[in-house]
Amino acid sequence: MAMTGEMGRLGLLATLREKYFSSLGNAALSIICFSILALIVWKFFDWAILSAVFSAANGPEACKATDGACWAVIDARWRLILFGLYPHEEHWRSALACGVVVVMTVLSCLPYFWNGRSISVIWIGGFLAFYFLMKGGILGMPVVDEQSWGGLSLTVFIFVTTVLVGTPLSILLALLRRSELPWISALTGIVIDSVRSLPLLTILFAFAVVLPFLLPDWASGDKLYRAIFGSALFFAAYQAEIIRGGMQGVPTGQEEAAKSLGIRYRHRIQRILLPQAFKNALPATINQFVITFKETSLFIIIGFFEILASGNAAYGTGNWTFAFVEVYAFIAMIYFVFVFSLSRYGAFLERRMDVGDH
Amino acid sequence: MLSAWNNIKLRNAMLQIIYVGGFVAVIATLIVMGRTNLQAQGIISGFDFLWKSTGWDVNFSLIDFSARDPYWLVLVVGILNTLFLGTIGLVLATVIGVIIGMARTTENDLARLLGAIYVEVFRNIPLIVQVFFWYAIVTRFPGPRQAINLADSFFLSSRGLYGPGLNITGLSAFLGIVAFLAGLGVIIWISAAQRFRRMDPARKTRLRWLILLGAFIVSLVIFWIGRIPDTSLVSMPALKGLNFRGGIRISTELSAMAISIAIYGGAYIAEIVRGGFNSVGRGQIEAAKSVGLTKWQVFSRVRFPLALRAMLPILTNQYVWLIKATTMGIAIGFADFFMVVSTAINQSGQTLELLGILMGGFLVINFSLAAILNRINRAIALKGNQLRS
Repeated sequence: MAMTGEMGRLGLLATLREKYFSSLGNAALSIICFSILALIVWKFFDWAILSAVFSAANGPEACKATDGACWAVIDARWRLILFGLYPHEEHWRSALACGVVVVMTVLSCLPYFWNGRSISVIWIGGFLAFYFLMKGGILGMPVVDEQSWGGLSLTVFIFVTTVLVGTPLSILLALLRRSELPWISALTGIVIDSVRSLPLLTILFAFAVVLPFLLPDWASGDKLYRAIFGSALFFAAYQAEIIRGGMQGVPTGQEEAAKSLGIRYRHRIQRILLPQAFKNALPATINQFVITFKETSLFIIIGFFEILASGNAAYGTGNWTFAFVEVYAFIAMIYFVFVFSLSRYGAFLERRMDVGDH
Repeated sequence: MLSAWNNIKLRNAMLQIIYVGGFVAVIATLIVMGRTNLQAQGIISGFDFLWKSTGWDVNFSLIDFSARDPYWLVLVVGILNTLFLGTIGLVLATVIGVIIGMARTTENDLARLLGAIYVEVFRNIPLIVQVFFWYAIVTRFPGPRQAINLADSFFLSSRGLYGPGLNITGLSAFLGIVAFLAGLGVIIWISAAQRFRRMDPARKTRLRWLILLGAFIVSLVIFWIGRIPDTSLVSMPALKGLNFRGGIRISTELSAMAISIAIYGGAYIAEIVRGGFNSVGRGQIEAAKSVGLTKWQVFSRVRFPLALRAMLPILTNQYVWLIKATTMGIAIGFADFFMVVSTAINQSGQTLELLGILMGGFLVINFSLAAILNRINRAIALKGNQLRS
């Protein structure tokens, strides 16, 4: 027993030496990286947990006594950050609505539901549930207008609506771009490329701020929905190219075969082209979803009270102005959890599909 | 009518006419309605306003600008600011990206872990959150009197970063740096392009040094021309009264934007760099080792050139994206092209014209950046299919 223990330790030492100290350069690199890592881990642990103040019971003064994180600001203001100006008694609706979207996202990650009908049912159903929970007016829930929506639920609403409007639009754009009629494909190509080369912010600005000048009053609608439509257009331009890439991965022979069998255009697209195109485009699509979720934060600039704006408000007023790092860390963490898990899932799918294809 | 529908040629022509015609009609209606709506508010459409003076100032400008100057000049200021921020951001992001990307391709687990943490943390948090965060940090430095002093030449304060500078106009500084970077670009092109492959290596080295020297002299001349009269060439910041005088001031807005773009872009570029190095076939590296190349030669002659060719097309997209990201400057008040245009729309009401200029400007900037990089890409592309492993 003693012998094997000795051997094991020797083995460990040898591996360590081979891995981290094989040459002078490698040793230096290991030592530098280890010091940086240790420093970050220790500093972060000390700041975020050991010296941190968690409870807001003693007010902001408790934080000033310590060098650590002031999580008390989150304790005091988490409702503002998550729910914005939504009426206090109705916060459970806002929370439940976000929960619905999380369930919806998890469900659509399960391959069992990967067919056009299930996905549509899940997303449209999820959206309706979200919308009526937030808006109220049924089942005895008081009406809460879009103007009072804010925080995380507004961010989620912008994201879901963008995707829901943008996806059909992107399929349409992709089909138009690969149309055999030269003028149609050329014009669609110009539209897609122009939208893609503009910053999202300019498009949001044009839709939210400029469009009311161009439209008669009855057609301009609510500012939120105009901005969301702009965001959906931007999403669709990118997603259309992703779907087109997926379509190019479908062998042309399949479409020719379908044509020669006399299958109608609608069925060729619906049953042969799109299912395969979506499968090819899946990793890139998830990536695009991730990017879109991150870009909902741009709505703060055109004046919406989404989670970043409510975060700014949370530390901007009263006596919490010193605690901005904690508020941004909290918001960053919320984004990180959503985005990181989704992108890990995308990477997992990509690996799985790579294995399946070869 | 039905027979016309069954005639495929006619039907296709009709469909196309309807599609294009409908699109043009919608756009035209919007423009006409916009014009009438704006005219009702007393705003005359047209580009005459470009020659009127603005009546408002911008907080950061590379060229001389005051409230009396015309609108076209303020637009130029905005474009220069966007390009200036874009250049700084892209260069810093590339440096960070290459370092982190290389760390992620080493055989050392610790370096790889550190790189992975960096990429995952900064890539998964929206850029705008990072912009607000860094802006909050840089505006909370102590005031000028208590500024953090680095070797008496750099001062960090809530008013911005002060450092030693040249007494030259901002425009000449910008042009000089661009000239120098262009020289570096030509050198890289000469080293990598197919066209110069058969050139005698000694001559090639001489040519590269000559170009480097030339670029250096040209930028010095540009600096010299842009000298502000009656001042010494180098100026140091010094505390006078409540604020610093002399030296250059990097405003808090600019530094917050540059830091965030560099850090966020660096995370993405690191992934591109890693992908590029991973795409180099193992066999090629083994072959290089077995013919007796040293470690450095394997890197500089085999791995790096091949990885660069795999990276460049994706890098192009990333660079275009980062240039577009400069528009977020408006969130913290950096006077980039977008912020200047939106202020101009608020102030002058010339909505349609300015919106057109905004979109046109971004199309031109992005298409030219993409065209330059694609040209480089074509010039250094290898014939055949060596990239496949």
